[in-house]
Amino acid sequence: MISAVVFLPLLGFLIAGMFGPTLGARQSEIITTSLLFVSCLLSWIVFGMVGLGGGPFTTPVLGEWFTSGALNVNWALRVDTLTAVMLVVVTTVSSLVHLYSIGYMHEDPSRQRFFAYLSLFTFAMLMLVTADNLVQMFFGWEGVGLASYLLIGFWYEKPSACAAAIKAFVVNRVGDFGFALGIFLVFVLTGSVSFDTIFAAAPGLAHKTIHVFGGDWDAMTITCLLLFMGACGKSAQFLLHTWLPDAMEGPTPVSALIHAATMVTAGVFMVARLSPLFEQAPAALTVVTIVGATTAFFAATVGLVQNDIKRVIAYSTCSQLGYMFVGIGVGGYSLGIFHLFTHAFFKALLFLGAGSVIHAMHHEQDMRNMGGLAKKIPLTFWCMTIGTLALTGFPLTAGYFSKDAIIEAAYAAGLHGSAATYAFVLIVLAAGMTSFYSWRLVFMTFFGKPRWEQAHGAQALADAHAHNQPALEDAGHDDHAHDHHGAHVLDPHESPNTMMIPLYVLSAGALLAGLLFKNDFIGHESGEFWRSALFFGPENHILHEMHEIPGWVGLLPFLMMLGGFLLSAYMYLVSPQTPVRLAERFQPLYQFLLNKWYFDELYDFLFVRPAFWLGRLFWKGGDGQIIDRLGPDGISARVLDGTSWVVRLQTGYIYNYAFAMLIGLAAIITYYLVSGAH
Amino acid sequence: MIIGLEHYLIVAAVLFTLGVAGIILNRKNVIIILMSVELILLSVNLNLVAFSAQLHDLTGQIFALFILTVAAAEAAIGLAILVTYFRNRGTIAVEDISMMKG
Repeated sequence: MISAVVFLPLLGFLIAGMFGPTLGARQSEIITTSLLFVSCLLSWIVFGMVGLGGGPFTTPVLGEWFTSGALNVNWALRVDTLTAVMLVVVTTVSSLVHLYSIGYMHEDPSRQRFFAYLSLFTFAMLMLVTADNLVQMFFGWEGVGLASYLLIGFWYEKPSACAAAIKAFVVNRVGDFGFALGIFLVFVLTGSVSFDTIFAAAPGLAHKTIHVFGGDWDAMTITCLLLFMGACGKSAQFLLHTWLPDAMEGPTPVSALIHAATMVTAGVFMVARLSPLFEQAPAALTVVTIVGATTAFFAATVGLVQNDIKRVIAYSTCSQLGYMFVGIGVGGYSLGIFHLFTHAFFKALLFLGAGSVIHAMHHEQDMRNMGGLAKKIPLTFWCMTIGTLALTGFPLTAGYFSKDAIIEAAYAAGLHGSAATYAFVLIVLAAGMTSFYSWRLVFMTFFGKPRWEQAHGAQALADAHAHNQPALEDAGHDDHAHDHHGAHVLDPHESPNTMMIPLYVLSAGALLAGLLFKNDFIGHESGEFWRSALFFGPENHILHEMHEIPGWVGLLPFLMMLGGFLLSAYMYLVSPQTPVRLAERFQPLYQFLLNKWYFDELYDFLFVRPAFWLGRLFWKGGDGQIIDRLGPDGISARVLDGTSWVVRLQTGYIYNYAFAMLIGLAAIITYYLVSGAH
Repeated sequence: MIIGLEHYLIVAAVLFTLGVAGIILNRKNVIIILMSVELILLSVNLNLVAFSAQLHDLTGQIFALFILTVAAAEAAIGLAILVTYFRNRGTIAVEDISMMKG
């Protein structure tokens, strides 16, 4: 059954990928989507059996991959509670996104390719979460990276989409470099890459040191930091986050599936999976906490001022991933995974809702050109509101349980170390900002005066004038299908059923996922639920300590949420002039946030331009001036010099050739006569 | 005077030299080259027949007959090529035929 879960999406990918052009778009959609739904159903059964039902953990081995010296790698599917949770998250969101895409992409000419990529992504992600060794995990890790690259650059006619795809790929390489080094180090330390062997060996390595770069370092700390570097890249954590907002160039369902619900959480999953290693490296966990908290705060501040509806949600994703890492960093692995679980529902809901809005607005993504949509698309509005409530942590919704638990755990851990206190302060502030920007999104999109009439009218005019260069005029938008809509007056309309049904299902998940699964994930039954899937060290009592905190800490996130909501309501409903005045008053700060702390510019200056300079040096100087000039080009030039003399011998006149033959013949005969005389 | 083998060989050698000289020195017409080739073949034939008579061996004379046949065929093909060449290029002057010049 587990094989079916993993390989049905692969089957869908192969069918849609190889026979898509002959099958046609509609058949490809139906095949991939229905295979995914079967896979999803089976995942829930696995989850029920292994997770809730307390069934045994199994690791069916499918076959040997390769053996090289002491390194022995098998294909195997590890099924434990952690895997079961991820299976459910991945296949549920993926199947809903498949269904949603049928509606969202219905105008696109290359839908077969899109659905093939989606299924390929799902397969790679499932390989990642069912991996039984680090190498297979790396296989899935790179597979999702590839699918992410292909899907971000799905509209490859757009230069911005290609650039974003390359950026995502390159930034992820930085993280993967650390991940690969971490795997090598694990192999050096334990002689194996298989999880069971590593985990068994981990306690014995607690205070071992390795000698590198002239110093002795704690082996586990280095290993875990390198592995965490991989997680940072994939999960868009601080310093390696720059690719995630740009990844919004891809189609919106892709953003929901890959860049909100599943792939970006792979880093969180990886750290949780390797909890036996991280438990031996408290210093590395401290780094995880600090990086996570910084990301949560940083991304929330940037989210405050963005105007692109998808970018706001992208920064929100980045911020929520920071929360998960804080939860893990303070030792509450189940907290991080629980937030991952609930976040998948409400963030996919928000993205798909945003996609529905964009669809209704005919691929307009700028919130400044929206407004007053609540009456036009009421169902989408309610779904988005539910998603926002869950994200901001309204009581009894999904986010309320998972996010508040992380905040409480951070406070409890702060009693032992200052890093967790730092994290606590930052994520409480971030909670307030989350509430502010989420409600700002809702208010700007659904309330106020409809701003799209004049904005879109102007654009229609511009379209009519400059129809030949649409790419210039609204670069950065989903303009692939923009072409014919601009001509008539815009009338926002509700999306088709294929798009709305996933929204309803996810809404239910966003409302109920926290309430239903709280006890299993982080409550009293969590011990029986997780069993050996997550490892807690003997001194790790965070799950108990987080219940023994003062009452005001538990109330704080709610107050922050309320504050953010009220402030946002004041600024965008009651007094719309306030934000403009604030932006003018604090112009430098506003620009700083609007430009995302100038990270892109900084990286451009630090890495991109030196890399270009170095590349040009090697290209023009090394290759052109040295290798080519002294190598092939030089040799061919000398040969030409020589032959230009020789070629004069060839006159083309037959009598010259005959004469040469005669002279030669005479010479040979003379030679034989003379030498034959002796 | 008795005409012996030497005389035949001398005539043949003179003919051969004339033929070779004709090929090398001729700057006018390709037909003259063809004629010179015929001259060389004739001198060779003369040698064969002379030796055949001298040695009382008919093989040489049969060989001479074969060479005559081949020479006739060669002349026919050569002239045919010349005709088409003239149609294509409008000239058969040896000076102008230098397309293989390097």
